[in-house]
Amino acid sequence: MSLAAEAPAKLSTTQRLASGIGLVGLFILVLAVANVNFPNKTLFLSLSLGLITVGTVIFANDLYLGKHAGIKNDGVWFKSLSGRGFWAWILGISLTLFYIVLYWYPQYLGLNADGANTGIIALFDPLSQLISGNPASQWFVYGTLYTVAILIFGYKFILKYRNNRYEVIRTFSVIFFQLGFAFLLPEILIRLNQPYYNPANIWPLNYDLFTDYKINEFLSAGNIGVIMLAFGLISIFVITPILTYKYGKRWYCSWVCGCGGLAETAGDPYRHLSNKSQYAWKIERWVIHSVLVFVTVMTIAVLYSFLGDSVNDFWLTKDVFLWGSAGFLTLLFAIIMIFKRKELAKDAKYGAIGYLVVILAIISINYLSGNGNIFFFAGYQLREWYGFLIGAVFSGVIGVGFYPIFGSRVWCRYGCPMAAILGMQQRLFSRFRITTNGGQCISCGNCSTYCEMGIDVRAYAQKGENIVRSSCVGCGICSAVCPRGVLKLENDDLDGRINSEEVLLGNDVDLMDLVNQKSE
Amino acid sequence: MEHIVIIGNGIAGITCARHIRKNSGAKITVISAESDYFFSRTALMYVYMGHMQWNHLKPYEDWFWEKNRIELKKARVNKIDFEEKILHFASEKTLDYDKLVIATGSVYNKFGWDGQDLKGVQGLVSKQDLELLEENTQNCKKAVIIGGGLIGVELAEMLKTRNIEVTFLIREEAFWHNMLPIQDAKMISEHIKSQGVDLRHETELDKIISDENGRVKSIITNSGEEIECQLVGLCTGVRPNIDFLKNSELETDKGMLVDEFLQTNIKDVYAIGDCAQLKQPPAHRKSIEAVWYSGRMMGETLAQTLTGNVMKYKPGNWFNSAKFFDVEYQTYGQVSALPGENEMHFHWQHKDNTKAITIAFESNSNKFLGINTFGIRMRHPVFDKWLNEDRKIDHVLANLKQANFDPEFYTRHEKEIFKSFKENLQEF
Repeated sequence: MSLAAEAPAKLSTTQRLASGIGLVGLFILVLAVANVNFPNKTLFLSLSLGLITVGTVIFANDLYLGKHAGIKNDGVWFKSLSGRGFWAWILGISLTLFYIVLYWYPQYLGLNADGANTGIIALFDPLSQLISGNPASQWFVYGTLYTVAILIFGYKFILKYRNNRYEVIRTFSVIFFQLGFAFLLPEILIRLNQPYYNPANIWPLNYDLFTDYKINEFLSAGNIGVIMLAFGLISIFVITPILTYKYGKRWYCSWVCGCGGLAETAGDPYRHLSNKSQYAWKIERWVIHSVLVFVTVMTIAVLYSFLGDSVNDFWLTKDVFLWGSAGFLTLLFAIIMIFKRKELAKDAKYGAIGYLVVILAIISINYLSGNGNIFFFAGYQLREWYGFLIGAVFSGVIGVGFYPIFGSRVWCRYGCPMAAILGMQQRLFSRFRITTNGGQCISCGNCSTYCEMGIDVRAYAQKGENIVRSSCVGCGICSAVCPRGVLKLENDDLDGRINSEEVLLGNDVDLMDLVNQKSE
Repeated sequence: MEHIVIIGNGIAGITCARHIRKNSGAKITVISAESDYFFSRTALMYVYMGHMQWNHLKPYEDWFWEKNRIELKKARVNKIDFEEKILHFASEKTLDYDKLVIATGSVYNKFGWDGQDLKGVQGLVSKQDLELLEENTQNCKKAVIIGGGLIGVELAEMLKTRNIEVTFLIREEAFWHNMLPIQDAKMISEHIKSQGVDLRHETELDKIISDENGRVKSIITNSGEEIECQLVGLCTGVRPNIDFLKNSELETDKGMLVDEFLQTNIKDVYAIGDCAQLKQPPAHRKSIEAVWYSGRMMGETLAQTLTGNVMKYKPGNWFNSAKFFDVEYQTYGQVSALPGENEMHFHWQHKDNTKAITIAFESNSNKFLGINTFGIRMRHPVFDKWLNEDRKIDHVLANLKQANFDPEFYTRHEKEIFKSFKENLQEF
């Protein structure tokens, strides 16, 4: 069906003016990239970031204030930028190019191997000096822009969803963790001559945490380094399962994580672009779990080559570590298969068993061949490939660069190994679910459309089923956009968490009993 | 193999088809002249407002139907030969059936106004109506909506997103007062006005005036006022879509008359959804319910009968929902617009006028009858249980917290509601 009218997509005069202000700020950055040497860097950096912020704030105020609080999705599919139109492609390509330069050609941003920074990196030197006492790097520039994006688009998001306290509080949380934990804390630690460390960046999302250079850095930093290392281990093996059991993976993915933070704020205008087909879901399961296997293999290999052979130096030797890891993985799989096999689909079972067999086989082949490698390649090589393929190409270039085309959670959905682990915990051992309210669903599809993870929420809601999906990050938008009050995110008893009633509430009791008996 | 043919691919027909397939291998054909695939009619508005695209309206992906061996046919049935069990299509082709389910839904009412067939005058029920609305609002600055029901308020919301000025004529003294008690209706009226809609209470359409091209240029109200407009939305309710069966052996009144098994007067012919009229509706239910939920439940019930498990249509406690601009509405049980002798209402309203509840109970026994809730989500299963258990209003108010379904961290009002009830108790 063709829709020609685009009235709701039009920008008001104030919004045009605000866009102009923001673009001037952005233009200063572009000039800096083009090597314009600003005389007073502090002034121009402040001006640039200030204008971008002010522009966004004015735009958001004009867009949302003065209107009733409520759902504000008018014209989303008509707008070029949010409806995969011309400007969406321009933005997507620009972001992609930015990531390519950032990762592989930082010299074009002004990073000089010998000598002081130039270009845009030099523009950020004063801020970096202020926080960490060092000149800026391309990562500092990126981190600053990332944080500014979460702050200003977080503000916009809060205005947009100001009727919904869950969304408001959640957004304050992602802003807090980005600004405090991801941006300031590591830089301040550097200033204090401590290792660069963000406690909220947990392995395996932070795939470098257990690599040799990082462990050496921790160990040479004395007690505080050991605490950091220990916290990293406790995070993934103790804190994560407990919090996911209590609240679902949302405690991390949409409340703490930086990737999630950007997706929920700057990425919010693109959340509806995710693919909802069953085919996409299938691809998602294979790809994300493959990444998880890759990162596990890589980390085992790196640690293996880092450790020594002699028990006298350190109790954790190559052998102990390797067979310990193999044993741990086997135990984990055994527990899941014994206690939770009913909840796994057929392909999940085959996939899990397949992966385990492959890992164990490779370990034994390489171990017995005695070539010093554990997975055919040296640990550092696997790490390099992982960093290139997953760390840079997947999470950066595709994950964020393609926001305006594939939606805001491509990385979180298809690529993030942390999300894969939390997802398994959520699916199998969690009190979290999205409850469907009896028979009230009208199958309108707002929930599915605005699910950034591409979950077909409606498919469950219209059957009266609760939604228990490993990929759900608990952003709460399905519940917010539901016009009939059908969905609620909640933590409750495990009993009845996954229900399937063939006939919806509202019918006479006999019919419901009858059909439910049959389905058991 | 038995051939079950369903005319109409709306919620009633499609639910019936799906549940037949769950229990039987019969051949199933679903016929529609409206759309290739089942879509959610309730969400038409969101396509116009740019919240969704047409594809999002389809609750099942296109491969679903073939996989479940439900044949879809796009055709219009002109005539049915009930004797020979043959459908005659507009294309002059035919189709045999063994059992026939008629689920043709509703069409919007026209009450014989002058100018009701002019260009720019339309209702909003079908996919074609939505396409027409798109056309009719290309150069539209002002619109008049006739009739204060659920489609009327949706149409008002839709048009406002296109910056079209809306005048909204309703017959009652407050919005939807034929269904809502007066305080509820008044609150919604205020909310509609606050959205910039020119809402006229107790105003009806007299006639629609044409310009020189046969297109609407204004309307005249029953008080004689002329209102300029380029679009007239006819939202004065719907009626069963049964015109193609007039003058057949099928027994009809307003809708197709069916017994408690949803069977018409002709053997092997059934009617469900909006187009069906129950000869003996259950207590507290209407004979025609043009509601998504009723269509779905009829589909579920009839599928049982058609697959050998003969079953009466017995809907449980009444429930419904809607959204008036930014205010969500849910209802469970019976809350009369004009309470009779033994029905009392307790009304609580938040000071910002976006939240309210009205609880109906029996004045002599204090038995809880039903609740209307605005801006506060409530749990369907909890109220269904309380209604089945014949709970008293004291129990409902004391346990209202259990029924709350608002998102986490929302401000809760149970204490305030309870206090308000106690304070007003003297009045009752």
